[in-house]
Amino acid sequence: MKVTLKIWRQKSPNDKGAFKTYQHEHVSPDMSFLEMLDVLNTELIKKGEEPVHFDHDCREGICGACSLYINGHPHGPLQTTTCQLHMRSFNDGDTIVIEPWRAKAFPIIKDLVVDRTAFDRIQQAGGYISVNTGGAPDANEIPIPKIVADEAFDAATCIGCGACVAACKNASAMLFVSAKVSQFALLPQGKPERKERVKKMVAQMDAEGFGACTNTKACEAECPKGINVTNIARMNREFFSSSLSSYEYQVGGGD
Amino acid sequence: MKLDSKIPAGPIAEKWTKHKFNLKLVNPANKRKYDVIVVGTGLAGASAAASLGELGYNVKVFTFHDSPRRAHSIAAQGGINAAKNYQNDGDSIYRLFYDTVKGGDYRAREANVHRLAEVSVDIIDQCVAQGVPFAREYGGLLSNRSFGGAQVSRTFYARGQTGQQLLLGAYAAMNRQIANGKVKLFTRTEMLDVVVVDGKARGIITRNLITGKIESHSAHAVLLCTGGYSTVFYLSTNAKACNVSAAWRAHKKGALFANPCFTQIHPTCIPVSGDHQSKLTLMSESLRNDGRVWVPKTGIKGLKAKDAVNIPEAERDYFLERRYPSFGNLVPRDVASRNAKYVCDEGRGVGPTGLAVFLDFSDAIKRDGRKTIEAKYGNLFDMYHQITGDNPYEVPMMIFPAVHYTMGGLWVDYNLMTSVPGLYALGEANFSDHGANRLGASALMQGLADGYFVIPYTLGDYLATIGWNDKVGTDHPAFKESMDQVTNNINKLLSIKGNKTVDEFHRQLGLIMWEYCGMSRNEAGLKKAKKMIQELRAEFWRDVKILGGANELNAELEKASRVADLMELGELMIDDARDRNESCGGHFREESATEDGEARRNDDQYAYVAAWEYKGENQPEVLHKEELVFENVKLTQRSYK
Repeated sequence: MKVTLKIWRQKSPNDKGAFKTYQHEHVSPDMSFLEMLDVLNTELIKKGEEPVHFDHDCREGICGACSLYINGHPHGPLQTTTCQLHMRSFNDGDTIVIEPWRAKAFPIIKDLVVDRTAFDRIQQAGGYISVNTGGAPDANEIPIPKIVADEAFDAATCIGCGACVAACKNASAMLFVSAKVSQFALLPQGKPERKERVKKMVAQMDAEGFGACTNTKACEAECPKGINVTNIARMNREFFSSSLSSYEYQVGGGD
Repeated sequence: MKLDSKIPAGPIAEKWTKHKFNLKLVNPANKRKYDVIVVGTGLAGASAAASLGELGYNVKVFTFHDSPRRAHSIAAQGGINAAKNYQNDGDSIYRLFYDTVKGGDYRAREANVHRLAEVSVDIIDQCVAQGVPFAREYGGLLSNRSFGGAQVSRTFYARGQTGQQLLLGAYAAMNRQIANGKVKLFTRTEMLDVVVVDGKARGIITRNLITGKIESHSAHAVLLCTGGYSTVFYLSTNAKACNVSAAWRAHKKGALFANPCFTQIHPTCIPVSGDHQSKLTLMSESLRNDGRVWVPKTGIKGLKAKDAVNIPEAERDYFLERRYPSFGNLVPRDVASRNAKYVCDEGRGVGPTGLAVFLDFSDAIKRDGRKTIEAKYGNLFDMYHQITGDNPYEVPMMIFPAVHYTMGGLWVDYNLMTSVPGLYALGEANFSDHGANRLGASALMQGLADGYFVIPYTLGDYLATIGWNDKVGTDHPAFKESMDQVTNNINKLLSIKGNKTVDEFHRQLGLIMWEYCGMSRNEAGLKKAKKMIQELRAEFWRDVKILGGANELNAELEKASRVADLMELGELMIDDARDRNESCGGHFREESATEDGEARRNDDQYAYVAAWEYKGENQPEVLHKEELVFENVKLTQRSYK
C-alpha cells in the first residue's frame, strides 16, 4: 500500500507548528498504525530528518499512552486505541491526517506528544478510597451484588488516554472524571467519601481548564473502552447532592 | 564476596512472623526525617510508594512515562493468586507455597516463597478495600478460577484486565499520598544512575525527558521497582519502553545480578507478520483449554489458515496430544513452547513465515456450540480477528511462542536488599520468588507483596540501623561525578552520527538472543552468540545514528541508551546460560535432556542461585553461588507424559 500522510510537526511547546506531508510507500495492511509510523521514522532518520514523536507503550490497547487524532477522530476510524488500529482499515492511496490531541488542558510538548498530567492531578484531588495498607477487613466481609460490581467495573476500565477530551468540541473531561467518580460511588467502600470526592475532583477538573459538558456524547462514541455517558449523569447527580449537604448522615447514605 | 541471604531460622511457617518481630522499628516521629526514592510506578513501585508515604517517610517516586498508570503491570490479563481457600477446594498457604516452589522447578528460596504465600491473602483484602472491582458471584462474594494448570481455584480476577485494576488501585493509593504531600511524583523522568558513597546507595541521577536536564536526588534508601528485561529479545509481549537500564546501572555500581538466563516464554502469542513487527501480543493461556494445537504431518510451505480446514484429519499431527497423552494441550508453558519450536524447525510450521502452529477450535465449536465458545473467549477471538484479519470461528488461529517475563533480576536478600546496602529491588526487577519458571497469576501477587507487605517492614530495619543522620547531600562529589558520567555517555551517543538506527541494532540483538538464548540453548550456539553480540556492540558504538539533541524530548536517544544496556545484559545472559548446564524451568540446555528429549534438571550440581558481579568494562563477570536448601519441599522431576 501507499499512503500520503499529513502530520503535525512542532519542535517545542512554544513553536508554532505546521502540517508536513510525507509519501509513505512501504505500508503493509498487516501493520499496526504505529508500526506504519515506525517505518516512516526509520526512513526519516536514514534521510537525516528528525523522526515524528508520538506517545506509545504497551501496543495492546490498555496503557492509554497512544493518542493520535487521525482523520478527524481520536484513535482513528475504529472505536479502539491507535495501537490496535491496523492499516487494513485504510485503502491504498489514502491521505491520512494525523494531529495531536487538541485541548487547552493538554498542551503540546513536541509533534504529536501532549502533556496529560492534568488527568493525574484530577485523580490526586480525590480519585481514591482512604485506606492505609494493612488492617483491611476480609475481602468477603462486604458482599457486593454482581450487577453493582459489574457496573463499577465498566466505569473502572477507563484507560486515561484522553480521547474523550479530544473528541469533545468543548474539550470537556467529564467522561474521564465521571468514570472514577462512578466506580467509587457505586461501591460500598467508596461511600464514606463520595461527597467530598466528587466536589474535589470537579473543582480540579475546572481548575485545569477543561470545558463544560453539553451532552453531545462525542466522548462515548469515540471512547476506545466504550465508557458510557450514564457515568456523566451519575456524576452530575453526585455533584448536585453533595452541594446540598456536606455530611453523609444527613442524607441517609445517599442511595 | 559472601552472599548472605539473611533467611531467618526456625520452621518455615514461623520465619516471617518471627523476622517481623526482630526487625527494628523507626519511631513515628522520626519517620519524617527519612527520605526514600522509589524508581518505577508499576505494581511494586506504586504500592511501595503509597505504603511508605502512609507510614510517614518522605518519598520521591520516578517514572519515565507521562503518567504512573502507564507502567506495564497495567497489561497483565489473567489474575492474581491468593491462598484464601474461599472455594473450599483444599487450598492453603502451604499448598500455594509448595506449588510455587515446584512450579519454579526448585530454583527459588523456600523462605521467600512461603512469605509470598502468607501475604497473598492480605493483598486481596487490601485491594478490595481500595475499591478494586474483582469478579463476583451472584451472591456478592468474590469469584475465583483455576489458572495455569493449578488444581485449586485460587486466582482472583477482574475480567481479562486484572493488572489494570490492581495497578489503578495502587496508583490511587499513591495519589492519596501525593495529595497528602508525603509522596512527590516525577513523571517523564528516567533514572540513569545510582549514586553509591562509602558502599551505601545514597541517591540517583535522572534525566528529565522533556528538557533533557540531568538532576541528582539524594535519599537514605533507593528502591528499584523497574520491571523485567524481556525486551532484550526485541520482540516480546512487554511494552516498548520496558528495559533493563535501572537494574543494569545498579549492577554496574555493585549490585549482583541473579539468574539472568531465566526467561519465560509464553506459547500462545500471535505470530510475527513481517519485518515491521514492533511487539507481540499475548493470547490468554486459557485458550488451550478448548483449542487443539496441530501442524500438518508433512510440511506445506506458506500454509494459510483458510486452507487448513481442507486438510484431512489423517494428515494432521496434534503433536502435544501425541507426545503427552495425559496432559495433552495443557502441558506447561515451556513444554508447549519448545514443542512448537521443534515442529517448526522440522519445516512443518505454518503461515507465511513457517513460524507458527495452528490452535484449532473447530472441535470445541462442534461439541459445545459457537455460543458457548463465544461466551468464554469472545473478546480474545475479536482481538485476534482485529490484529490478523482472520476469523477464528471459521479458521484455526495461528500461534507462536514469545518472551513474556524474566524470572532473573537483581540479587536480593530476604529483606529485598541488593548486595549494595540501602539499595532494594522489588517486583519483577528482583530474582527472588519464581525460581526458573513463574506460575500464571503469580507476577501480580509478587509485585504487590513486595510493595505493600514486605518493604514497609524490612526498609524500616535498615533505616533504624543507619539512623537519620547518615545521609549524603547532592553536593557530595560522588553526585557530580555520576552526573558527568551520565552526561558524557549521552554526548558520546549523540556524537557517533553513524548510519544505522537504534531499532535496527535492537532488532539484530533480539534475533541473536532468540536464536541462541531463547527456547533451547546449547554450548556451541551460546558461544557463537556471545561473539556476535560483542561485534554488534562494537558496531553500535561506531555506527548508531541518533538525530536531535540532548536538551529536548528525544525518543531515539532514550532508546539508544536502553539498547546499549540491553546488549551488555545479553552477554551476561549468555554467560549464565553457559554456566548452567542443566535444563530447568524456562532454561532448556540441549546437553541436559532425557533420551526422549525432555528437560533434565541436575540438582547435585546446579541447585544454586547464580549471582554475577560486575568487574568493569569488558571484564568477565564473576559468579557467586548461593546454595539453595530445601527443607520442606521434596525435589522431583517434572513429567507430563
